[in-house]
Amino acid sequence: MFNHQTNKRENIISLANTLRVKVGSNLHDTLMESIYRDAEIIASRSVALKGEKSRFNFDRTLDKIVTSRLLGFPLMFLLLAIVFWITISGANVPSEFIASILIDKLHPILKEFAVSINSPNWLSGVLLDGAYLSMAWVVSVMLPPMAIFFPMFTLLEDFGYLPRVAFNFDNLYRKAGAHGKQALTMTMGFGCNAAGIVATRIIDSPRERLIAIITNNFSLCNGRWPTQILIATIFIGGAVPSYLAGIASAGAVVFIAVLGIFLSLVLSWVLSRTVLRGQASAFSLELPPYRPPRILHTLYTSLIDRTVFVLWRAIVFAIPAGIVIWLVANINIDELSLAEHFINWSNPLGILIGLNGVILLAYIIAIPANEIVVPTVLMLTVLTTKLSGIGAGVGVMFELDSVADTAQILQAGGWTLLTGINLMLFSLIHNPCSTTIYTIYKETGSVKWSMVSTFLPIVMGFAICFFVAQIWRLIAS
Amino acid sequence: MTEINKCETCPVHNLGNLKRLGINMEQFDYVVALAGNPNTGKSTVFNNLTGLRQHTGNWPGKTVTRAEGGFSYNDKKYKLIDLPGTYSLLSTSVDEEIARDFILFGQPDVTVIVVDATRLERNLNLVLQVLEITDRAVVCLNLIDEAKRHNLTIDERTLARELGIPVVPTAARQGEGIQELVRNISEVASGNIKCKPHRITSSSREVKNAVEKLSENIAEEFPGLPNTRWVALRLLEGDQKIVDAVKNGEINSLIQNQNVSNNVMSEF
Repeated sequence: MFNHQTNKRENIISLANTLRVKVGSNLHDTLMESIYRDAEIIASRSVALKGEKSRFNFDRTLDKIVTSRLLGFPLMFLLLAIVFWITISGANVPSEFIASILIDKLHPILKEFAVSINSPNWLSGVLLDGAYLSMAWVVSVMLPPMAIFFPMFTLLEDFGYLPRVAFNFDNLYRKAGAHGKQALTMTMGFGCNAAGIVATRIIDSPRERLIAIITNNFSLCNGRWPTQILIATIFIGGAVPSYLAGIASAGAVVFIAVLGIFLSLVLSWVLSRTVLRGQASAFSLELPPYRPPRILHTLYTSLIDRTVFVLWRAIVFAIPAGIVIWLVANINIDELSLAEHFINWSNPLGILIGLNGVILLAYIIAIPANEIVVPTVLMLTVLTTKLSGIGAGVGVMFELDSVADTAQILQAGGWTLLTGINLMLFSLIHNPCSTTIYTIYKETGSVKWSMVSTFLPIVMGFAICFFVAQIWRLIAS
Repeated sequence: MTEINKCETCPVHNLGNLKRLGINMEQFDYVVALAGNPNTGKSTVFNNLTGLRQHTGNWPGKTVTRAEGGFSYNDKKYKLIDLPGTYSLLSTSVDEEIARDFILFGQPDVTVIVVDATRLERNLNLVLQVLEITDRAVVCLNLIDEAKRHNLTIDERTLARELGIPVVPTAARQGEGIQELVRNISEVASGNIKCKPHRITSSSREVKNAVEKLSENIAEEFPGLPNTRWVALRLLEGDQKIVDAVKNGEINSLIQNQNVSNNVMSEF
């Protein structure tokens, strides 16, 4: 019975094979032709055009401008700069407002409450000074810029600008041996690298997809914008006359973002000529019509879907990180805390690459979430320089009231303009956060490529910081 | 009392009966697939029907995973699957395969093909290919508002007659036409509307004969298979996936699945 069935099926296949020879090799083309012909006939019977195609002309004119060789990139950078400028300048006020409520008002109340119920010192330390404060900092620093950045980004997306960005970059990425669609996933990475890596599914070729995944880390993500902005304000803005401070620091941030795009192109080029060799595959990118964005709808969805989602993730990771910071700063071995042991040990290496031991430790603690790097750095600096009268004691993550206070602490910790510049560089070029690493593992299913994506940027970051430090010192001396 | 009953059986009354179920769809009566070219608004239609908030954006290729959701209408529950956007079902990229395999092996009760009214001719290529596979389909003529702005008028009745399936003009971003779409989906699913889909006519007589001969053999070996003609065409083209499906009998699942959905129906 089974054999009979199999035979019958084999017969069908062989009949198909015989018939295929008879029909000829152009069957596929004939079929496609028939489909196109029928589609044309049906469309011509049911579509009527009245008057001019005015809107098409508008779209075409706009496309000629935003994708032109001459103006395409300048317009894109300008748009980018405007979006960042609005984000930076608009986020300050709500940030301070939230911080004043969560940190200045609520935290002391909670501490008093802990004292009143006789909770042991270490418990209120771990929970309130560690977990609560780190969460509060993440909320106050991340929520406002995200609530401004994501809706603006979504409006651009809804309007139809993203495919034009991809169109502009397509040529560059193809020359780098990567897929043009990598331009889209790179743009997504500006919001969140983990999201950018999931978006690489639009790339069919596994080779090109891996390139897109490995280089996505060079899209400055949302967790890293606050670090860039703060450090640029203190060190770049502080190095120029005050009337230029705003433009100079905004320019520095845009420079770092563009450097990231440049590095992703360079790394794509290197990878596609070494370990991931192959031809760039062609793809058709349809430039969709511009559509008037639905502003209220966009505000709603980008707030609910993107902002709250990313914020929730940050909080989830910041709480345990806050606990860890408090613990390493408060567990002592031989009179020194764990944190001080590590900082003293790693300081020579840190200085060599123009950073310091505090920054290295902060980056290890902040692997789960990049957004807590700066508060960790500040806390550890206070701890090692034994500054008194600032913050609320050992191992407390805090937000200082003004940028000037922060600058004071960092200078007390031995920071220079070089430290600031290298921190900005290192913030761009280091390992992805743990969520992103996990996403890479889920998407590639490969430990090897997850490791490459993790360690390659660290090596690059150390190398670049090292060279910058050497050149800087050469010029300075 | 009888007056009220009459009212409830009237389709106009039922238009208000769309219930968005989000992702709650443990039990459902019908499976509905959403297919279409990239960037025609499939995800927007999906969100409109299910009340979910799949991310939508004005760029092609945004839906990378298969999204599922549910809605209920007139006491029937529908499971809706948002397929990745594709230009055709013939070539071999991953997303085209996902879409084709689902329409073929997932055997949806209704396939909704979302088309961009401003680019009808190119979108019809996909519609015609879907109609080769399944005969229970509804065309959602989306972005009809944009077509109007472009001074395009589309005679949806002519289009429906030519294609042999219902055509519903919609402007999903504004939520226009969604009720009418739901009504047509339910009519096709329940069998109240019988589709007589347009089939591609091959100009070559040799192809015609070969397809006929092959599909006779296939019908003999797999009685009850709904789309023998399409399977025959794929075999003629040497589509390895379909060759394998015939060899190991997986193609039979096309018939069994139909029975399953019939059983589900009879439970209610």
